[in-house]
Amino acid sequence: MKLCVGIPAIVLEVKEDTAIVEVNGVKKEVDCLLVSEIKNGDYVIVHAGAIIGKISESEYKELVNLLREMEEAVTY
Amino acid sequence: MNLIGEIETLRKKEYYRAVLNKIEKLVRELRKRGIEKINIMHVCGTHEHTITYYGIRKTLPDAINLIAGPGCPVCIAPSYVIDNAIKLASGGVKIYTFGDMVKVPGSKSSLLDAKANGGDVEIVFGFLDAIKRFKSQGVKEAVFLGVGFETTAPTYATRIAKKLIPNGLTILTALRITIPATRFVLNLPQHEISGVIAPGHVSVITGANAWSFIPRDFNIPVVVAGFEPIDVIVAIYQILDALVKNEPKTMNEYSRVVTWEGNKLAQKYISEAFEVKDGDWRGIGVIEKSAWEIKTELEKYDAEKVYNLTRKKDEGFRKNCKCADIILGLTVPTDCPLFGKACTPEKPDGPCMVSIEGTCHIWYKYGGHT
Repeated sequence: MKLCVGIPAIVLEVKEDTAIVEVNGVKKEVDCLLVSEIKNGDYVIVHAGAIIGKISESEYKELVNLLREMEEAVTY
Repeated sequence: MNLIGEIETLRKKEYYRAVLNKIEKLVRELRKRGIEKINIMHVCGTHEHTITYYGIRKTLPDAINLIAGPGCPVCIAPSYVIDNAIKLASGGVKIYTFGDMVKVPGSKSSLLDAKANGGDVEIVFGFLDAIKRFKSQGVKEAVFLGVGFETTAPTYATRIAKKLIPNGLTILTALRITIPATRFVLNLPQHEISGVIAPGHVSVITGANAWSFIPRDFNIPVVVAGFEPIDVIVAIYQILDALVKNEPKTMNEYSRVVTWEGNKLAQKYISEAFEVKDGDWRGIGVIEKSAWEIKTELEKYDAEKVYNLTRKKDEGFRKNCKCADIILGLTVPTDCPLFGKACTPEKPDGPCMVSIEGTCHIWYKYGGHT
């Protein structure tokens, strides 16, 4: 994983201090303490297992596209 | 909204060409004023990836020199941090860490070697992942080796500040701050930097304002940029435009993700969990106020305190390895005698070739040297 780039994800379920997100078609449980008011369907940036920011749908698509080209994203 | 259309727009060659034309015009203007060389530094492994992968350097006028600065947290983790993790693993303590960290050699060997010798070393994708594994595996004692810059620090800070860490799990940190490191690099007498491209996702946390010391103290422009080729080329254009207009300022090209103030909540957790200290940067030395260390009142989570680990002298890099100068942007991988010969991603000699964010790794993989 890269330590200075975020991974785009979609929030599927919000729990107490974590959320289930979809990254590259894979479900992951990530920390959601760093961003307030996260809700289902939000587009977010995940970094080192934590949501660090919300993004727009178009930014999500753009980042997905970018990361597809980085083979490192596959190993995430 | 046609999303794919938007992405295609970002990738359209005509747009890239149009920005490049503007860049060429500005370079001609700067030449008229006697400026022949424009050094632009970035401080992010992902920017170097974009620049190298898409061959951006080759498309730019010769006058522009894109320099890769310190953008790889794995590369600058002091050797004693890795040695301490190896010592713990050899003593029966389980180690969780990122994939790159297991391959980086400490002063003598790596965590991968420790694993081969029977140490319990497991790769995780973050601190929460380590906590979950620790709980589910029923481990009694484990240490999470956590490196990173501003983007990664808050992912540890939340759990430390809120004391959401199970008994028996502690953290060995080598957290460093890119902002003082950028100041350190800009102050090097060997450099004549005309502008800086600041890292997009670090700035999600810090805010674009955090880079305003660059125009203020160095009188040069800085642009917070995203990771598409068009982001990088637009950032270069904005830097040149500011140079021509003689208006050094902070610009935010990545406003679709980065705000001026950053993630306030993340900043709050960082200040609750860590205090700023002077930090060792591998092979480079001490950079003032460049490290986050766990606060004394939270030291029960600090592996250094719990296991009485000592910080021996940072051993830097192996003989002939040019990682230090490459991290500081003073040389390029192809000027290292080991690059691609004695040092490859399969058999790396220094961390810049190990880490996927290391300049050597990126140049070797994507041909930045051609």
